[in-house]
Amino acid sequence: MPPIRREDFERLSTYPFVVVSWVDDRGYPMSVATDFSVDAERAAVALRATAGDMATIPTDRAINVLGSHIRPTPGQGYDERRYLQLWGTAAPASDGQLEFAPTRSWGWDESEIPFFEYSERSVPQSRKYLAQLSEEQGRTIRPRLSAGWLFLRTTRLPFLSATAVPVLLGIAVAARGGTFDLWLALLTVIGAAFAHLAINVSNDIFDTLSGADEANVTPTPFSGGSRILLYDLLTLRQLIALDAALFAGAAAIGLVLVWATNSATLLGIGLVGIGLGLAYTAPPLKLVYRGLGEIAVALGFGPVMLLGAYVVQTGALSWEAAVLSVPVAILVALILYVNEIPDRPGDAAAGKRTLPVRLSPTVVTGIYLGAAALAFAVVVAGVAVGLLPVAALVALLPAPLAWQVYGGLRRLYTQPYALMPVMATNIKLHAYVGILLLVGYGVTILYGFVSFG
Amino acid sequence: MAWLPGVVERLLGEALVGELTVIGTQGQPITHPLIPLYDGERILMHSSTLFSRKLEHIKRNPHVSVALSDPVALRGLTDRATIQGTARVIEDDPHSQWEALILELWRKKEPVIDSFLKMRVALPLFFERAVIEISPERCLYWPDGDTTRAPEETQAPAREAA
Repeated sequence: MPPIRREDFERLSTYPFVVVSWVDDRGYPMSVATDFSVDAERAAVALRATAGDMATIPTDRAINVLGSHIRPTPGQGYDERRYLQLWGTAAPASDGQLEFAPTRSWGWDESEIPFFEYSERSVPQSRKYLAQLSEEQGRTIRPRLSAGWLFLRTTRLPFLSATAVPVLLGIAVAARGGTFDLWLALLTVIGAAFAHLAINVSNDIFDTLSGADEANVTPTPFSGGSRILLYDLLTLRQLIALDAALFAGAAAIGLVLVWATNSATLLGIGLVGIGLGLAYTAPPLKLVYRGLGEIAVALGFGPVMLLGAYVVQTGALSWEAAVLSVPVAILVALILYVNEIPDRPGDAAAGKRTLPVRLSPTVVTGIYLGAAALAFAVVVAGVAVGLLPVAALVALLPAPLAWQVYGGLRRLYTQPYALMPVMATNIKLHAYVGILLLVGYGVTILYGFVSFG
Repeated sequence: MAWLPGVVERLLGEALVGELTVIGTQGQPITHPLIPLYDGERILMHSSTLFSRKLEHIKRNPHVSVALSDPVALRGLTDRATIQGTARVIEDDPHSQWEALILELWRKKEPVIDSFLKMRVALPLFFERAVIEISPERCLYWPDGDTTRAPEETQAPAREAA
């Protein structure tokens, strides 16, 4: 319990009454509510004396004085939660009052430490408690989640949209050129998904082992990793086994595709992709620790995925696929870039020198806007030079979302939880642009069918 | 066996927050605002393993008190009460045992809990919980909440010899 501070008196004065507690002669805690007033100058609290043999506030032992605003809002939970407790002794004063001189204090105010951060800071206590309980009961007791939720959380399954967009676009570019094999397309989607999930899991393993996730006490659904190991939901051995299974699935499907297409180019692209995914957090390269994470993600979830899917269908590379991969690459890198903003303190503590750790907020938000503008400019330029179909211009429609994200970043840069809707909008930007590019290609392909009958 | 005065049972039935006081490692009182539940005989409180120091304190010294003191938390009732008793921590399976023991009572007071439970994947450790089962032994009651007057005191009937 930290020593009393001057602001504790000011804080206490905001509560309408206090609950005074002590340990009675029988060894039981006793509590009684009473009125009070605060003299911050004298560092003293005047308590109104209470009555009754058992309920008289004692002056011969330590007491605890609690002010609490854990106020329920029926049907909605709680709001503005805060409480403060002070420890010290009381002495008789005039007018039926007692003078309380606190020496120690402890409390929580969710306006200063949001509930999610408070919970995250308490994870070591939970681990300690469950370890002790396991010891007492002679069996391992650990937190659990149902298998489905555990898989979703461990693999960060919802982020698969980052894979679906480039893979489907690669297939669409090939289809526009007149090449489409359904089974190869399905295998490509599944193999890429396996690779993505495997990389997510391996990143979690390395981020936990490096201490980066533990140092981050403000994780959000979009940032801070899955925390599966930190929460002890799986052991390291289980997580490595899952990761190995996912990598094995990705490798097996990749080899089938290489065999089916007989393409050395595809083999090269696959190896680059897996290499980038591992090097992202794994030593010795640890690209994200060196400010190169965005480039690795841009390459992996842009050209590698899109060109890879295209090569599976056609056996060759193309300028159209390469150009189309650029806006996708930029927008997916911006997902990582924005999601790194709330992780800054934890990343910095763990030596993870991401761009938001290295750069000032003004530069980070400026780069965001410039990069998003570049993504849309590449679409326009691609259409202008005749590489991309005119219908791809429909992908410009979500551009205002980039402006929304930019505005949100400027306003809420230092507030991790307030940034959550901004991060969600940024993820939607990537998904909507991807979907609309697919729509553009779909329309173009259909138009081609109709035109050439 | 139920023995708490009816007025205090009513406070327990209404209270959305009460103050649980436990005895810390140095013998000092430590107070935690928590939602009290009542099954007609025992007071049931609960705690996430995230905030489990109070559980450690209770396991070391099971003497506790529960104060019902805030008219807002008591949905407008101005009476006050403090109940002393002995607590037991029920923690065999922190993942699901609490649901069997208290979820129905909790849901009656706070129906919103069901929507929080649906988000268990987002806060898995918050829903790893232990139940604090308190057997009341002594009760102090202040009509109208005026603690400058001596409270009405009631004690649990002496247990019959087995």
